[in-house]
Amino acid sequence: MGIKVLKGGLLTTIQDTGRFGYRKDGIIVSGAMDTLALRTGNLLVGNPEQEAGIECTLIGPKIYFESDQLIALTGADLSPTLDHVPIKMWRPVFAKRGSVLNFGTAVTGCRSYLTVSGGFDIPEVLGSLSTYLRAGFGGWKGRALQTGDHISFKEEYQDTLRNFNWSCDLSTFYPDLKDTVVRVIKGPEYELFSPQSQQSFFEQEFQLTNESDRMGYRLQGPALELNRPQEMISSAVAFGTVQVTSNGDSIVLMADHQTTGGYPRIVQVITTDFSKLAQLQSGQKIRFELITLAAAHAALQHREQQVKQLRQALTFKYDYDR
Amino acid sequence: MNSTINDVRFYPLGDAAIVVQFDEEISNSTHEIIRSVCNYLEEYSFDGFIEYVPAFTTVTIFYEPIIVSYQSVQSDLEEMLAEVMAHPAKPVSGIVEIPVLYGGVWGPDLDFVAAHTKLSPEEVIRIHTGAEYLVHMIGFAPGFPYLAGMDGQLSTPRRETPRSKVPPGSVGIAGKQTGVYPIETPAGWQIIGCTPIHLFDAGRAAPALLKAGDRVRFVSITETEFEMTNKRRYGN
Repeated sequence: MGIKVLKGGLLTTIQDTGRFGYRKDGIIVSGAMDTLALRTGNLLVGNPEQEAGIECTLIGPKIYFESDQLIALTGADLSPTLDHVPIKMWRPVFAKRGSVLNFGTAVTGCRSYLTVSGGFDIPEVLGSLSTYLRAGFGGWKGRALQTGDHISFKEEYQDTLRNFNWSCDLSTFYPDLKDTVVRVIKGPEYELFSPQSQQSFFEQEFQLTNESDRMGYRLQGPALELNRPQEMISSAVAFGTVQVTSNGDSIVLMADHQTTGGYPRIVQVITTDFSKLAQLQSGQKIRFELITLAAAHAALQHREQQVKQLRQALTFKYDYDR
Repeated sequence: MNSTINDVRFYPLGDAAIVVQFDEEISNSTHEIIRSVCNYLEEYSFDGFIEYVPAFTTVTIFYEPIIVSYQSVQSDLEEMLAEVMAHPAKPVSGIVEIPVLYGGVWGPDLDFVAAHTKLSPEEVIRIHTGAEYLVHMIGFAPGFPYLAGMDGQLSTPRRETPRSKVPPGSVGIAGKQTGVYPIETPAGWQIIGCTPIHLFDAGRAAPALLKAGDRVRFVSITETEFEMTNKRRYGN
């Protein structure tokens, strides 16, 4: 018993929190673009945080439930409905056998996560369930979900619990998606950029272009230049690396970024702000704010403390309710 | 010149990675130190260690900032480097042979490379198979080796119009570099041949055939040998 995909949606993939340990072999991390939303979704249905869920992009899929299941939707608000009735996000929702999950317009954000209690029954590849689209492995047959796909649940939902009257308080740990300031620390090649470029980088706005996908976002903004032209020697890059191409364009690397790159890395987005990046729609504008490494670590410590509290509260709830 | 511990620079790549840079330029001695560091990291790790990525002049170490601080990662690494740099890795003796069917449909740009380099296609093959290449790093695509050691005579610029797809195993030349595409991918390199062996296979325990530090030699094979290996590969 599982789900049947009635419509694939724009780009619907199975993702967990990433494939680690193989970057030295050129194998990318993949994983959810907004891991915080995925982790929360898992907590809401009583899963380990790293469990795989379904990442829906802007135009969501249409999904049929062959059996009762406890689900949660987190991340972007893509107007989810269950049998045409709008459902609340960021809380457990009971999807009865035969019901159909559908999505409408993107109200806020870009990527929504569907998690199911117990997770999906999918084979692990290199220690992860994440879909590696370009290499064609992992996730569901190494590709995006399509009409007719059938994915089994790992477990039947047998609990009698049907109604949930609580949801988690987002404001404590999840960014306000209307806030367009993205915090960064200096990248390895920051000092190689001209003072003018360094200044305009933080003063001017950047707009997300259509050339943006799971690999990276091309931004439209001030043209940036180095003090003097310089050939870079390829080295590792990361999620959130902002690299500048030879014609001065800025590109933010995202979940499917290549493991190494040869462009100068002007800044690096802090881990805490990855959700904000993941939820940007094309055309949206952002501004970068420079902080220190210590401040970046403090922000992450604080955020993870909040997630830990949520986890504890939910553990209590599940123990208490059952 | 050999780099010493004093030449090593540490700097953050974001809030979850630290870069150890050994040199400003690519050299064999730096490469050997990087290999020693990687060997060490394979054996010993530290709390909060996630993984490492070697490159031409750097090793980047990804860590869990919730578990371990930047300062503590750096001081662990400094301690390790003092030890490792005193005893750099001995070069490996093993050579990985990569069979290649040059030219024809599998190497559509062989004639272009020959014309550009003013060599005959046979000479291009002879020179390409004559050298021993060093895998400096793996990157760009799963299992894609950055190889050093191509004879400068073979230098050919990239294609003006990249191909939207080349089959896995395609062997190409771009400028002074040569390489093998492990997966089907768009490619701007001049494709001179194709290997029937898998440089990357997600189903293998070691998914990438090559790793940094390996030495590689290309061996020219016939169409029949190519087909035989392909049959073994696909079982039809």
